[in-house]
Amino acid sequence: MKALLALKRVRREIWISLLSAAFLIAMWEAAVDLDWVKSAFLPSPSTIAGQTIALTASGELPRHLSITLGRMFAGLFAGSIAGLIVGLAMGWSKTIRAILDPLVSLIYPLPKIALLPLIILLVGIGEGPIILIIALGAFFPVLVNCVAGVANIDPIYFDVAHNYGASKFKTFTKVVLPGSLPVALAGFRLALGMSLLLAVVVELSIGTKGLGAMLWLSWQTFRIERIYVAIVVIAILGLLLNWLLGLASKRLVPWREAR
Amino acid sequence: MKVNCHQVSKLFKSRNGDILALENMSFQTEEQEFLCIVGPSGCGKTTLLRIIAGLLQPTNGKISYEGTRAQDGPATALVFQEHGVFPWMNVMDNVCFGLETRGVTKRDRYRAAMPLIEKMGLAAFIKNYPHQLSSGMKQRVGLARALVSGADILLMDEPFAALDAQMRLILQEQLLNIHREYHKSVIYVTHDIEEAILLGDRIIVMTARPGRIKAEIKVNLNRPRNVNGQNASEFIKMKTEIWGKIKEEVERGMEPTSR
Repeated sequence: MKALLALKRVRREIWISLLSAAFLIAMWEAAVDLDWVKSAFLPSPSTIAGQTIALTASGELPRHLSITLGRMFAGLFAGSIAGLIVGLAMGWSKTIRAILDPLVSLIYPLPKIALLPLIILLVGIGEGPIILIIALGAFFPVLVNCVAGVANIDPIYFDVAHNYGASKFKTFTKVVLPGSLPVALAGFRLALGMSLLLAVVVELSIGTKGLGAMLWLSWQTFRIERIYVAIVVIAILGLLLNWLLGLASKRLVPWREAR
Repeated sequence: MKVNCHQVSKLFKSRNGDILALENMSFQTEEQEFLCIVGPSGCGKTTLLRIIAGLLQPTNGKISYEGTRAQDGPATALVFQEHGVFPWMNVMDNVCFGLETRGVTKRDRYRAAMPLIEKMGLAAFIKNYPHQLSSGMKQRVGLARALVSGADILLMDEPFAALDAQMRLILQEQLLNIHREYHKSVIYVTHDIEEAILLGDRIIVMTARPGRIKAEIKVNLNRPRNVNGQNASEFIKMKTEIWGKIKEEVERGMEPTSR
């Protein structure tokens, strides 16, 4: 009964949110149609939707989208896996942490995009530097959260493992890995946002293809509607990826209390 | 198996001066004995138990075991307070942890654990995670884990302290049954005098820090016991006697130390 009431409450809130979004879009549409704003600067939602469909049909938008997604995921996964390995090692071994801490503390707060010229200098142009920048951006949030995740494991679980004679390997797979997973996933969520941001920013500055490049080229040729299409697609992409990760998290961490 | 605790001392070094937690503790347990250790808080009861469990090294003295082991597996198993069960493992995997660390296959683990799980009333919950269980059930999971591991000596550190009074009575009775049925030795740390008399064959009263043995009291109440026996005149006499001894120590512990 209680659960049913809670469900009803959630439903009600979802309806309110949907209505609020619909209201905003309707106001926007009306503002443009009634000439309150110049449609050259702010096209109406229906114009943007029409333009999106046209660009999708011509294959232009899917091409840019797939290029951005490809770079983003390549960087995200390379960076996250490296961050996971180094982060868990740093979390578990005080020696490794002491060795790597100065380097991490130095590079972590640096906006990774500032390294772009250096990376081009070292790696050359092409896909390499773009993916490397994204990987760097994903690497640090995952790493820092893995270290914190291991540090946050209640010492009692290590005592239990030790008391029952668990080997180092078993302690790792049965205590360190699952114990740090919730916090590590929070790091992955940050990495996801960071990789989308960096993909667009790098494409904006040096790309010829991809959503960021499409955005910048549209600006330079003053095709305002296309700018909006790119922005809307990037926004929806961010929303969708976050939602998917939320679903995956629930599967990966079934022991988390439902909130 | 018997535990032989031989002149064990423990000194904790810290920046604010050294703390002598235990001084010259010597005692021996009998086969299948239920030994309770009571004392004022901060007297080093938990430290002593952790030394016996092998989680801490004594500064002086040593712990040894006598007799043959009934099964393979660890000599001792610690039963922690309720938060000692792994939140990321379901009931079954928690209970089987002591077997898993020894490399017992999943099928054999489950087969070995199932009778005990049924006896403890956990059979309907084997796929549940700890956050879905009441604290009494979590504590039963911890107890089942220690029993399944095959340890001869159960080390219990105020395992029922966090439970409400009714649940504590139920689990105390369950523990009495288990002790009788499984022929285990138990070393049980508590600050609850009634609990110590109800459960123990013998009670060691410790002094305030540094922890030493103040008195050893044999409990001559007949077994099998249950929680209804707490009004017997013998029980009350014993309670008064032990409280007298502990009160001295509690008051001594409250005196300002001249340092």
